[in-house]
Amino acid sequence: MAILTANSVTKRFGGLVAVDNYSFEIEENSIVSIIGPNGAGKTTFFNCLTGFYQADEGDMLFVGQRLNGRTPDQITRMGIARTYQNIRVFPAMSAIENILVGQHPRLKANWVESIIGTKRYKQEEEEAEEEARRLIRYVGLTGLGDQLARNLPYGAQRRLEMARAIASQPQLLLLDEPTAGMNPHESAEMMHFIKQLRDDLGITILLIEHDMRVVMGISERISVLDFGTKIAEGTPVEIQKNPQVIEAYLGRGAAAGISEASTETATN
Amino acid sequence: MEDSNRFDLRIPLRYGLIAGIVALSLSVIGIVALFAERFLVAGYITLGEVILFLAPAAMSYMAAGKAPQDKKWAALIYGLLTGLIAAIPLIILVLLAGVIDIRQFLPNVSPALIELLTFGRGINAGGLVLLVVSGLIGLLSAALSLLPERIRKPTMYGLLGVFLVGMFSEILSERLRAFFGLDAVKIIFEADALKPIAAVIIFIITALLTALWMERGDKVKSRFESLQPKQKTQVRSGSLVLGIALMVILPLLLGTYLSEVVNNVLIFALMGFGLNIVVGFAGLLDLGYVAFFAIGAYTMGILTSSGDLGVAGMSFWVAVPICVAIATFGGILLGMPVLRMRGDYLAIVTLGFGEIIRILALSDLLKPYIGGAQGLLQIDKPVIFGTALIKPDNFYYVVLGGVIIAAFISYRLSQARLGRQWMAMREDEDVAEAMGIKLVNTKLLAFAIGAAFAGLSGAIFASKLTSIFPHSFNILISINVLCMIIVGGMGSLPGVILGALALVGLPEILREFAEFRLLMYGVILIVMMLAKPEGFWPSAVRKRELHVYDDSDYEEFPEANAPRAETRDPGMHTPPHL
Repeated sequence: MAILTANSVTKRFGGLVAVDNYSFEIEENSIVSIIGPNGAGKTTFFNCLTGFYQADEGDMLFVGQRLNGRTPDQITRMGIARTYQNIRVFPAMSAIENILVGQHPRLKANWVESIIGTKRYKQEEEEAEEEARRLIRYVGLTGLGDQLARNLPYGAQRRLEMARAIASQPQLLLLDEPTAGMNPHESAEMMHFIKQLRDDLGITILLIEHDMRVVMGISERISVLDFGTKIAEGTPVEIQKNPQVIEAYLGRGAAAGISEASTETATN
Repeated sequence: MEDSNRFDLRIPLRYGLIAGIVALSLSVIGIVALFAERFLVAGYITLGEVILFLAPAAMSYMAAGKAPQDKKWAALIYGLLTGLIAAIPLIILVLLAGVIDIRQFLPNVSPALIELLTFGRGINAGGLVLLVVSGLIGLLSAALSLLPERIRKPTMYGLLGVFLVGMFSEILSERLRAFFGLDAVKIIFEADALKPIAAVIIFIITALLTALWMERGDKVKSRFESLQPKQKTQVRSGSLVLGIALMVILPLLLGTYLSEVVNNVLIFALMGFGLNIVVGFAGLLDLGYVAFFAIGAYTMGILTSSGDLGVAGMSFWVAVPICVAIATFGGILLGMPVLRMRGDYLAIVTLGFGEIIRILALSDLLKPYIGGAQGLLQIDKPVIFGTALIKPDNFYYVVLGGVIIAAFISYRLSQARLGRQWMAMREDEDVAEAMGIKLVNTKLLAFAIGAAFAGLSGAIFASKLTSIFPHSFNILISINVLCMIIVGGMGSLPGVILGALALVGLPEILREFAEFRLLMYGVILIVMMLAKPEGFWPSAVRKRELHVYDDSDYEEFPEANAPRAETRDPGMHTPPHL
């Protein structure tokens, strides 16, 4: 069953068409990637999905409900969470506080209750903090909960951002270049972690990624964007052999050379 | 690095000139002469002399710090030279004053000043004495900087203690007399100044206390840190109770004059708590905050005044909630148009709003209702059980009540979900929205609650003054409150009180400085920003102590905890909420 459907989504910035007539479907509980050269429109598409931009044309449906025209906070409350290309944790807040903010959609007590200190409020806060600590351990940041987010090393900040994203218990998680800046070992761990998220928590995952090992390693389907248009879609094997994809990334000459080589290795 | 070992005479030259120019400026504007006769230590040191030689002393101290480290005597030379050079501008002034009628150009260069600068010995001999004294001061400051810390710090704090007691001698002696009688005062003070023996004793006591704190202070701190969370909470609650008890008996200790000062401090602190929410927590730069203060004050006036403009003749207590409500409404009214604005634009619009309210208060349009430039008069004081709270000592409790309520609400909200919403919004508005936070509600709540506190403060203010005029509600108040929370530490609650003490309390009790009060205000601001830009009491102390404190096993680095594919322990990585 499709959890997210995008139909002919178009986003323009003046004369520049950043996303052009893009249609895409994601099955529930799957891991899907969007790839493409820099500037292809991938993050712009994410921003349309999350309500940061309003799409000019086309619809986006999440579990049957229209996303168009909704504000980002509404979309998050519907069950979509995201991380950012250039990690945007809240720098002057501690790791725990970051995750507590992530839990915002799930907390019910209001501010008056917090002043009075009602039982429900206290209990909710206690549970929220426990949950936050569990998430800290889950992503491997044990002991760093009270550190300010800006003092954490790069890799830790990435993991914090992910913890914050899953804190709202989303059904769909959008990850924007989760392995940027990581070495092969860390990328492999991240791959494993993403699979774990899907397997343990039942979250559907949509990735933007440049690292092909990661993309090919965990994606069930891949959609390829170039200059805003979809140039290919399919399984990792299909995409690897697709000449237009190769041309988009490596140029026409390479396309010819690689398609020869891959016909030999594809016998695995 | 090599250069620091070479003798560089430009350093004492530079520092000396700076010191000299500062001392010259202070002399020329008249502040030195103003205090030429004001003794700090009777018969020995006057405030004027301290002000004059403060810059040379400080600069010599710093210059000595820049001397080549390996040669101790170099520091002394630097200090001596700095002091000597600092005297030169003053000597030039003295010589000039002897030749021409300098008062035509510099009206504040009075004979009293010259008298002080020359130590009463006439121009030529005096100039020489000035040179020698300045050089000596430079030398001594340099020597001070060379002392090991455990001697230097107590000495400096000792001097500071003597200075403070001498400065505030009037207030202290009045209090002393209230408690212990005139004889006790005469032991310590002589007229406005300290008796020399008393000064020495105070120096010794302060120095000893400092030394004691240096020895024991860390131990006390670490003992506190190592307590169990439960005991820590007990200590905290205990200190809180003690603090509140102290606050309750404060008027008895302070007497009427100081109670009045504290009332002013607290009224501003109440506003500070409100602005702290808007600017410190939510990050919304509001420069028109005085508007809500005015709304609260005028509402109180209209409702309770027994004069012509009063409409209801209500009692203070009934009127307060109404004032707060109307001010809150004002806050929402301001908040709505500015929801999309950020940074500078928000500042400008809020500034405009503040001015609109002031101009309305001043206007002829509203004059029939709120009095215009003539003001709103005959506002009643609050009445409890039949007695009107007229004395500052009694009125204090009303203000204290307001401050405690505001502090409590601020504290609770800062620890709660709303506080986090505000912080997230301040840090990164777009991401906060992506976390599911409704920006509209969050911003409006900040404006509303901030305005409510200002309204409460205004209502209390109106009742305290019993008559209010539009010129009291100008932009300087907004700026003053903003400076207060910056100096105290934005976002921090104790910081608000400290800021209020520094920027409202100090100018009040330093009335001696007369027309130089604003200069002092500016100096305090600049010094604070240079010394501690994060504020007196920054809110980095935000460690959340919880009863559910899981992370007892602190591990060094994330690499150790990374979700390892092969080696993970299935037990530890159970999903959070299945």
